Amino acid sequence: MTSIPTPLAGAKKLGLVIDLDTCVGCHACSVNCKEWNTSGHSAPLTDRNAYQADPDGVWFNRVHTYEAGEGQASRTVHFPRSCLHCETPACVTVCPTGASYKRAEDGIVLVDADSCIGCQLCAWACPYGAREFDVDDGVMKKCTMCIDRIYNENIAEAERVPACVSTCPASARHFGDFNDPASAVSRLVLERGGYDLMPEMGYRPTNKYLPPRKAAAPAAVVPAAETGAGSGLLRWLDRALSR
Amino acid sequence: MNSITQPEPAIDLSPAVSDAVKFTTCYMCACRCGIKVHLKDGAVRYIQGNPNHPVNKGVLCGKGSAGIMQHYSPARLTKPLLRVGERGSGEFKEIEWDEALGIAQKWLGDVRATDPKKLAFFTGRDQSQSFTGWWAKQFGTPNFAAHGGFCSVNMAAGGLYTIGGSFWEFGEPDWERAKYFLMLGVAEDHDSNPIKAGIAGLKQRGAKFVSVNPVKTGYSAVADEWVGIRPGTDGLFVLALVHELLRTDKVDLDYLVRYANAHWLVIRNPGGADDGLFARDAAGKPLAWDRTSNAAADAGLAGLNPAVIGEVTLPDGRRAVPVFQLMAERYMAPEYAPAAVADRCGVGAETIRRIAAEMAEVAFNQTITLDQPWTDTWGRRHETMVGRPVAIHAMRGISAHSNGFHTCRALHVLQMLLGAIDTPGSWRYKSPYPRPIPPGPPPAGKNAAPNTEMPGMALGFPQGPEHLLLDDDGTPCRIDKAYSWEAPISAHGLMHTVIANAHAGDPYKIDVLFMFMANMAWNSSMNPGDAMRQLTDKDETGEYRIPKIIYSDAFFSETVPYADLILPDTTYLERWDAISVLDRPIGSSHGPADAIRQPVVPLDRDVRPFQDVLIDLGARLGLPGFVTAAGGAKFASYADYIANHERTPGVGPLAGWRGADGQSHGKGAANPDQLQRYVDNECFWRFELPPEQAYFKHANKDYLDTAHAMGMVGAANQIVFQLYSEHLQKFRLAAEGHGPVQPPERLRERIRTYFDPLPIWYVPFEQAAIEQAAYPLHAITQRPMPMYHSWGSQNAWLRQIYARNHLYMNRRMGTALGLVDDDWVWVTSRNGKLKCQIRLMEGVNHDTVWTWNAIGKRSGAWNLDKDANESEQGFLLNHVISEWLPAQRGDADGTRTANADPVTGQAAWYDLRVRVEKVAVGEEGRTAPHFDTVKRPPRMMPAARTVRYGEKT
Repeated sequence: MTSIPTPLAGAKKLGLVIDLDTCVGCHACSVNCKEWNTSGHSAPLTDRNAYQADPDGVWFNRVHTYEAGEGQASRTVHFPRSCLHCETPACVTVCPTGASYKRAEDGIVLVDADSCIGCQLCAWACPYGAREFDVDDGVMKKCTMCIDRIYNENIAEAERVPACVSTCPASARHFGDFNDPASAVSRLVLERGGYDLMPEMGYRPTNKYLPPRKAAAPAAVVPAAETGAGSGLLRWLDRALSR
Repeated sequence: MNSITQPEPAIDLSPAVSDAVKFTTCYMCACRCGIKVHLKDGAVRYIQGNPNHPVNKGVLCGKGSAGIMQHYSPARLTKPLLRVGERGSGEFKEIEWDEALGIAQKWLGDVRATDPKKLAFFTGRDQSQSFTGWWAKQFGTPNFAAHGGFCSVNMAAGGLYTIGGSFWEFGEPDWERAKYFLMLGVAEDHDSNPIKAGIAGLKQRGAKFVSVNPVKTGYSAVADEWVGIRPGTDGLFVLALVHELLRTDKVDLDYLVRYANAHWLVIRNPGGADDGLFARDAAGKPLAWDRTSNAAADAGLAGLNPAVIGEVTLPDGRRAVPVFQLMAERYMAPEYAPAAVADRCGVGAETIRRIAAEMAEVAFNQTITLDQPWTDTWGRRHETMVGRPVAIHAMRGISAHSNGFHTCRALHVLQMLLGAIDTPGSWRYKSPYPRPIPPGPPPAGKNAAPNTEMPGMALGFPQGPEHLLLDDDGTPCRIDKAYSWEAPISAHGLMHTVIANAHAGDPYKIDVLFMFMANMAWNSSMNPGDAMRQLTDKDETGEYRIPKIIYSDAFFSETVPYADLILPDTTYLERWDAISVLDRPIGSSHGPADAIRQPVVPLDRDVRPFQDVLIDLGARLGLPGFVTAAGGAKFASYADYIANHERTPGVGPLAGWRGADGQSHGKGAANPDQLQRYVDNECFWRFELPPEQAYFKHANKDYLDTAHAMGMVGAANQIVFQLYSEHLQKFRLAAEGHGPVQPPERLRERIRTYFDPLPIWYVPFEQAAIEQAAYPLHAITQRPMPMYHSWGSQNAWLRQIYARNHLYMNRRMGTALGLVDDDWVWVTSRNGKLKCQIRLMEGVNHDTVWTWNAIGKRSGAWNLDKDANESEQGFLLNHVISEWLPAQRGDADGTRTANADPVTGQAAWYDLRVRVEKVAVGEEGRTAPHFDTVKRPPRMMPAARTVRYGEKT
C-alpha cells in the first residue's frame, strides 16, 4: 500500500474542468492526447491489432457517447473520461510497490514505470476506469496531466497546458489550479455548478464536470391569424418603402 | 502493513519537444486548418493547431491530430504500378516513373491528337481544382469535374444563383453576435473547427441554437432545441416558416426592396416568350413601379418608392407584377401553412409556428445596432449598421436530396425576409464572396477538336439554355451529361454518372478515364458493386469497355485494383499545395485569406505529388501554357506554377505578396519569392477588412471597391439578391416551347416543373417513385466527427474510435419491428439489399435509419487485415443506393435518369428508402455484400500487428 502525501503549504491542485454543455464528441481531445503522449512521459501508447480485427490501444482520454432520457426529451451525451487525479486516489493507496503515486506539489497522480510490476490492482481499484494497461510493456499507464508540457520550458508559456485543453475546438476543457479560488477553473466550477463524478465513492476527484446550460428561449408570441382588409396581400399595397 | 512512503521519482519536466518546427496546412479533411508540425530525429513528433491561423486559431480536431498515423500508414503506395493481370485482380508490376509517364503520355497524346473528349478527367476531394481544371482546359477535353457533384453543388448553385454566395464553407454565422442560430443538416467535415468554436461561443453568450436534423449527433447533441425532421422535407419546413412570417407580417420589406429584387416587375404574359421575365428598360435594366411618379422606373434607383403589390401596365402595354406579390401569393397559400406540412415534416405545427415567432422576435425586436458608419453602393452614408441577429447555416442534409437546390433557395428566401444576410448577427459571406449572380462565365465544352485547347473552363455558370453544352443534334457534350437538359445547372459536374456512362458509351465512348483521389470503386460511388462490374466489363471483342484507366492516389484504396496505371501520390506532409483564391480559399467574413502546404518531411519512397505529375505530363504533351515558346517545360514543378502562373494578368493561385517586391495583395505581378513569403508567415496570408467594410458586403461601396481592386469581383456593383430567378425562368420558357434550344420531349415537363423561378418543394424522386409500404423508412448517413471518408477508417488511431458501424433506428420503430440491439438485419431498397447489425436509439426521426459514412471497407483494402472489423462488421449504405432513378414514364425509350437533383445534377444520396427485416436464423455473422479480399500491391508488406509509435530507443 502506498501513502498519499500531505499537500505542502502553498501546493497546487491541478486538474481539468470539462464542459458537457459544449462537448460535441469530436474526439479531438482523445486523439491529440494520444498523439502527444505516445512520444511523451509514458511513451509509447501501444496499439495492438492496429490494422487487424479488434484494434485496441492505450488511450489516456476516451470519449463515451450515450443517450439519457426518452423520446424528444432525450439527450445525447458526449462524455470525455480520463484520470480525475483524486485527492484520495484508491489507485495510489492500493499500489503494492509505490509505483502509483500522487505528487505533493501539484496533486497529479502518476505511475513510475520503473517500479510498476503490472499487477493491475490500481485498475481494479479505480472506480472511473481511468487506468490503461500497456500489455506490451507490462506496466500501467494513465493521464499525466501532460506533466511534460505544463512545466516544459521548451514550450511557449501560453501553450503550457495539457494537449487535450489546447486542442479542444469547443472550449470544453479547462486546466488550472483548484487551490486558487481566483483561477478560471475555480470560477467556472462556482458559476456553472461544476460537480464531482460519483462523489459517494469518497475519492474526491479533482477534475470537475460542468452540466449543460439551460438556454433562455426568445420571448416569442405567435401572433394570431389576421382577418379583414388588413390581411393578405392588401396590407402591403400602400406600404411606403424606403430604398 | 506499513504504507510505502518514498521520494517521488525524478521526472524530466522540460524534455525537448522537437528539433525542428514547420508550419503547413492540414489535409485530414476539407477544413484546411493551419498546423504546426514538430519534427524530432527525422520523424513527426507532434502535430498541433497553429495558434495564429485564421481558420482554427490553435485548435485541432481528432482527424488532424491523427495525421501521424496517416502519414506513416502502411497502405501508402510506394512506386508506379502497371496492371499485368485482369482488371480488378490486383495483379500489378512495379515500373519506373519514366515508363509510367511515357505510357500516360502515349495514351493521353493519342486521345488529344484524335478526339480530346475521349479523356474523362475526374478528381475527388482534390484541393487543386483550379489547377486540375485548367489542365483539362489546356488539354481540350470538356470532361472534367471534381467531387462537388456528389457533395455540395445544390448548396453552391442554390446560393450562387440567389445571393451570390453560399452556405457550406463559403459563409458563416456571425458567431460573435448572432442571438438565434438555426442549423440544418450540417456535415461535420467542412469548417468543423470554426463551427465547434462558434457554437461554444454562442452558448456562452446565451444565444439559442436550434438544430434541424433527422439525427441527434454531434452539433445537434448540444443544441438547445433539436428538430428531428423527416429527411427531404426541410424545404417544406422552411417554406412553412416563410408562410408564418408573411402571415404575421414579420418581414423586412425595406431590406427586401433595397437588397433583393422584391420590387422588380415580372411580365405576365401566359404562353408568351417573355412570360415570367423581368420587365426591362431599353438599356436592359430591370424595372420597378415607382409609387411617387406612378410610373415604371429603373429598379436600381436610390430614391424609388417601389410598389411590391399590384399588377401594372407597362408603357408598351404589357402587364407586370412585382416579385414580392408572386412570392407572397405562393407562400401565403394554405398548402404552406404549418398545419398542412406538419405530418410530412414530422414536426408539429405549433413547433413551426413557435420557431417562426422566435426568429421574428429576435430579428425585429432584438436588433443589433453598431455605431459604425458605412457607405452603400448608391453613395449614401449610414451612421450605423443595423443587424437582424438570426443566423442560418446549412449543409449536406439539404444538399444531398433531389429537391436540395430549391430547398437551398428557400433558405435564402427565409434569410432575405428576415433581413438577415450579411448584417450584424446574421449569416455572413466569407471572402471572396459575395460575387455577381451568377459568379462566372458559362461552361466551355462544345466542339472539342484534336490538339486544341478549350476556350474556357469546363465548369461554369449557364444563364440560360443557350449556355448548355449540347451538340447541334442535342446530344450532351460531356460524358457525365452535365449542362445538358438532364442537369442544366450542374456547376460541379456529375462525377457519379461517369463510370456508368463511360461503360455504356452514352453519350459516346471514351478511351481514357483518368482519376485522382476518388474512391469510385467503393465509398464514392452509388452502387459500387455495379461500378466494379462496369470497370471490368469487356465488349464483344474482348476489350474493356472503358479501355484505359489511370489512377492517382497516395494509398491502396479500393479503386487501385481497377486501374491499369497507378501514379502514386504523396501524403499531405510531403508536398506543395495552394489553398487558392481561384478555388476554395480560407477567407472568412473578416476578409480574404489563402494558404499553402509545404513539404515538412522528405520523401522516403518513389512517389510524386500528383500536381507535379500533371505539370510534367502537360509539358510532355505540349499543352499550351505548359511549354515555353522553345518547346521546353514552362514550369519546373507545381511550386513553380503556384508562384508564377497567372490566370489573368496579375491574378494567380495565391493572392498574398504579389508583385516583384512582394508588396501587392490580391492582384499584382508574379513574385518568384512568393512561396518563401508564405513559409515565413506560417504558410498563410490574411487581409483584415476595415470595420466599415465588414457587413452589407453585397451593397457596401467601400467593400466592393476593395473586392474589385483585389480581383474578387469584376466590377464594384451592388449584388442584388434574386428572390425570383429569371435564370431559372429562361429554362422553363424553353420547356414551354420558346427559343432555339429546347429540351427533348421526355424532359420537357421535368424542366418546366423544376425550373420554377420561386422555390418549391416536392417529394424526393425516389420516394415518389417507389411503393411507400414496401420501403417505409428513410435511410441516410452521418459523417463521424473524427473521420473523413475512407481516409479516416484506415488510420490506426481513428479506427479505434469507429472500426465498424451499426444501422441506427428509432427505438419505438425497432420495438414495433421486434428488433433489439445487435440483431442482424437485411436492409432492402429498390436497388438491392445489405446485411448489418442494428442499434436502437432515441435521437433519430421515427421513420429514419442511419449509419456512419464510409466506415465499411472492402476486405484487404487500405492494407487492413482481411478480417478487419471494417469489412466483417462494417458496411456501406452505398450498396443499396442506385445511381439511377426508378424507371419513369418518360424513360420508356430506355433512357436513364440520374438519381440526382433535376436542376444541378447533385447526387441524391439521402433520398434512399428501405425496409429493415431481421435475418433468418443462420444468416448472422458478417455484413453483406462482402466482396473478395483484394490483393496487396507488389512489395506492400502486411501491416504490423503492434504499433509502438514514439517508443524511446
